[in-house]
Amino acid sequence: VDSQVTCPWRSNLVRPRKHIKNCYATYSPFQATSSVEIIMFLFNLQELAGEMVLMFSLFSVSTKAPIQWEERSVTAIKGPSGRWMIPPEAKESMDKSKIGLKGPLKTPIAAGHPSMNLLLRKTFDLYANVRPCASIEGYKTPYDDVNLVTIRENTEGEYSGIEHVIVNGVVQSIKLITEKASKRIAEYAFEYARNNQRISVTAVHKANIMRMSDGLFLRKCREVAENYKDIKFTEMYLDTVCLNMVQDPTQFDVLVMPNLYGDILSDLCAGLIGGLGVTPSGNIGANGVAIFESVHGTAPDIAGKDLANPTALLLSAVMMLRHMGLHGYAKKIEMACFDTIRDKKVLTKDLGGNSKCSEFTNEICRRVQDMD
Amino acid sequence: MAVASLRRSVLSLNRTLRGSWCQAPDLRPVCVSACQRTPERSSVHARNTFKVTMVPGDGVGPELMRAVREVFKAADVPVEFEEIHISEVHNMASEEKLDQLFTSVRNNGVAIKGKINNPMAYKGDLASYEMKLRRKLDLFANVVHVTSLPGYSTRHNSLDLVIIREQTEGEYSSLEHESVKGVIESLKIITREKSHRIAKFAFDYATKKGRSKVTAVHKANIMKLGDGLFLQSCAEVAKLYPKIKFENIIIDNCCMQLVRNPYQFDVLVMPNLYGNIIDNLAAGLVGGAGVVPGESYSDEYAVFETGARHPFAQAVGRNIANPTAMLLSAANMLRHLNLDYHSNMVSEAVKRVIKQGKVRTKDLGGYCTTEDFTFSMGK
Repeated sequence: VDSQVTCPWRSNLVRPRKHIKNCYATYSPFQATSSVEIIMFLFNLQELAGEMVLMFSLFSVSTKAPIQWEERSVTAIKGPSGRWMIPPEAKESMDKSKIGLKGPLKTPIAAGHPSMNLLLRKTFDLYANVRPCASIEGYKTPYDDVNLVTIRENTEGEYSGIEHVIVNGVVQSIKLITEKASKRIAEYAFEYARNNQRISVTAVHKANIMRMSDGLFLRKCREVAENYKDIKFTEMYLDTVCLNMVQDPTQFDVLVMPNLYGDILSDLCAGLIGGLGVTPSGNIGANGVAIFESVHGTAPDIAGKDLANPTALLLSAVMMLRHMGLHGYAKKIEMACFDTIRDKKVLTKDLGGNSKCSEFTNEICRRVQDMD
Repeated sequence: MAVASLRRSVLSLNRTLRGSWCQAPDLRPVCVSACQRTPERSSVHARNTFKVTMVPGDGVGPELMRAVREVFKAADVPVEFEEIHISEVHNMASEEKLDQLFTSVRNNGVAIKGKINNPMAYKGDLASYEMKLRRKLDLFANVVHVTSLPGYSTRHNSLDLVIIREQTEGEYSSLEHESVKGVIESLKIITREKSHRIAKFAFDYATKKGRSKVTAVHKANIMKLGDGLFLQSCAEVAKLYPKIKFENIIIDNCCMQLVRNPYQFDVLVMPNLYGNIIDNLAAGLVGGAGVVPGESYSDEYAVFETGARHPFAQAVGRNIANPTAMLLSAANMLRHLNLDYHSNMVSEAVKRVIKQGKVRTKDLGGYCTTEDFTFSMGK
């Protein structure tokens, strides 16, 4: 059992805690060796989809993981009630299997329908976005010793999508903070910290300016911290966190925050380790739903040319395998990926090499097979 | 004849000296005995001292202000400070003090201030003193010029960015209410007028300082109406300045690019909250909150302070704070008052001390105290 390690990818996103009832970090009770086939999704997407499908068929074949892929498109359609929603087949499929893997989705600025990511979040109530950031050996950035996790509340806050034009030239956006959501995310953060042997949780807020809303968030975090005395709880202003993060990222461990700050900080941390092309991410929802995704954009300029870097999606898939309990496979794929990057022989363009996406994937598959 | 030439020179001197204490000079009768009049407002005689409001603020503010005073004394700068002690967390919170502060700044036109801390507990007032100050005086633009210090190397060297932030509206509107128990709504207001104004300020600043690119930072893919309006206003203003390149970038991408490749940015303009984040981020890139000066402008007043605003309460009394930010800000203030000679003297002295590397405060890796730093600067 490969537990007791400090690298966030090598830890469980979730560990079975059968004796705790309302644990939000639920897990899916799949056995790796059973003949039950696990069904996943690959959310089909306009641009980078081709590469990703190729990559995944390659690697699931090579690892012989008991996974069956089901592809579903999530382009928004207008439902019978007139509201925009994701296609019903996608929703049913997801409700059945509960685990998903998503490629990049593009939100055009003037599309007429709300962001598709937002729709997914609302449909499956994906309340927590977890992004572990750890420096990758072999991919040099000015920051070598990053090892932190950002947990971001994903359903409300500034991204509630409620905006009005009051008079011509004055726009009001509403930021919503509720007790229930704040409590839920705080509990998730502490559960995660406990399950993954993390030492401290820091709440990031701006309660000196937004006294009522962030004040509520902070109060809830403090209340939840009372129940988790084994984990250190600190709170820090957003601007202080930004200031200290770029000077010394080692002082942070797990960060929990509302939506907007989380968006910015998680991208900041991704930038510290090398960008969105190498950062995995997971979205946890109520009812045991979990969707893992690569957070980079759709990169329309390199789509279809076999130049994409699949590391982010690959590491997200590794997170997914751990979530499902398939630790052996996860470890193999992860080690293969890191070894490939460390060796620097076969690397895609953004990592500093010249190879194509398929060559990179083949190299990883070869290493995985060699390990067997 | 002599009166006419005196009047002309007075007018031209008045025009160059910005500040509300030189209002409407052409309407004032100019007599030859002008210098003999007792000035309730400072007369245009160049040897008089300039009056500047000083607000030490909380935390290490008072210590930094003392450093500024000492340096000014050593450099023989003709500035007289009018101190106003105001604080929201200590027992000095009161409305009269705030009014006193407003009148003082209105009279003097220029202020230098430390950070007035915000109390964490919700005491029934949603706007902090600083926000009230900004709104009352309409200090709509906050400019932070982030430059790498010569002699102090960080992970990113030779950086030169300007961050312009809209300071009066946006997320800091202090409009919050609890509509249902357990649900709090906070309003973020964006208006076309203010967005237009800050965009124009940014482009004017870029033109004046010879900058080539202005980048608007926003989140219009999510907040389509709000930040969309901001972006639209910036684009409209950009059309009036064909020589300056205009780009836009989403805030999370901006943060990422700042840590990976900050050299691609020149002037950044953005609404309130993003400004706070990026100010602090950029300050961290060049060495922290102790080295970056900032200023806030309105149509009539200018307030000089540090770039990243932190009271640094842990350091009070320990004499370890880095006065560089405040001193550089004071140098900027002197330049604003057209005391270029003194301004250059102060900023050169600061840079020289840092470059030599012998006397450095704790945040830059040295062990010296604030006093040592100031003392060595005086030399």
